[in-house]
Amino acid sequence: MSNANESSNPSAHGHEIAPGDEPEAAGDLGKAVRGYLLGLVLAIALTAASFWTVSTHLIYAPGVPVAVLVLAIAQMGIHLAFFLHITTAPDNTNNVLALAFGVLICCLVVFGSLWIMANLNHNMMPMSEMLNMQR
Amino acid sequence: MSAAMHANEEPVSAAKGHGEGGPADRRIIVGYGFWIFLLSDVIMFASLFAAFAVLSNATSGGPSGRELFDLRTVAVETGCLLASSFVCGMASLAVQQRSQKWTQIALLCTGLLGLTFILLEIHEFARLVARGAGPTRSAFLSSFFTLVGCHGLHVTAGLLWLGTMMAQFWAKGFRQTIRYRFLCFSLFWHALDIIWVAIFSLVYLVGVSS
Repeated sequence: MSNANESSNPSAHGHEIAPGDEPEAAGDLGKAVRGYLLGLVLAIALTAASFWTVSTHLIYAPGVPVAVLVLAIAQMGIHLAFFLHITTAPDNTNNVLALAFGVLICCLVVFGSLWIMANLNHNMMPMSEMLNMQR
Repeated sequence: MSAAMHANEEPVSAAKGHGEGGPADRRIIVGYGFWIFLLSDVIMFASLFAAFAVLSNATSGGPSGRELFDLRTVAVETGCLLASSFVCGMASLAVQQRSQKWTQIALLCTGLLGLTFILLEIHEFARLVARGAGPTRSAFLSSFFTLVGCHGLHVTAGLLWLGTMMAQFWAKGFRQTIRYRFLCFSLFWHALDIIWVAIFSLVYLVGVSS
């Protein structure tokens, strides 16, 4: 299984790595496994915290969705960093820039839709008046 | 052009990723291209999330999320998918180590956990339809089934892809092209888990609490 032309060690390329490839830990199996385990533990902790937030009465009720949203964003960050190995290192610049553009479009789509639809709902004529006009 | 190729040149690409040094290594091109595809897939999910958020109160007198969702099932589904994502990471380490046995074991565990997830989801959908809360009941339920069902379809497609990856590793060994495909598969599988984080938080947990 020798591949002379292709190095299985991504860091050998020096300047850029593919998304999903690990930058430093390649070759050091124990370190790589510890990285995944740490990601798993953090993800489980954040998931448990979200479920606890909903079931408890200790948190001010209108604040619960905000808390769940913050925990979800934190967990997505954990997944990106520990499972997909998207980091802020210079060899990851292209991957991070693509991700940033994707996040920008997602935010525009979601918040733009909510804003426009709330506005339309607000401006819509009440149903009773609409029925009166049709008479 | 070929005169520039010196004998002492490194076999790996000299691309720096900043527009210098010629074409990048093929693994980077494949991975980056698939990363762009995944981001566009995530944008499609964002539009489904937007539709769900807009319609989440349009229950048309029917049941709301608070009455329908069973958080116990959702917690088990979440655990399955998270563990599956972790084991998929173990599989990519096994591929790096060129270990056929551990690659197959890890991929089998990944697949079984993914299958458990999808069966639980089908069971949940069947339960909702049986109690008259199918996708035709209200706009809220239509957008719910579209969003969660679309994620479920992605997981199903991922399971089929996983099966073909296991067969390819088994029949052809750790060839370069097959490892490129596996890089794409692991990106896909981890991305599905990230989307599920958004679903269980924003659809189920917020739906039950509000």
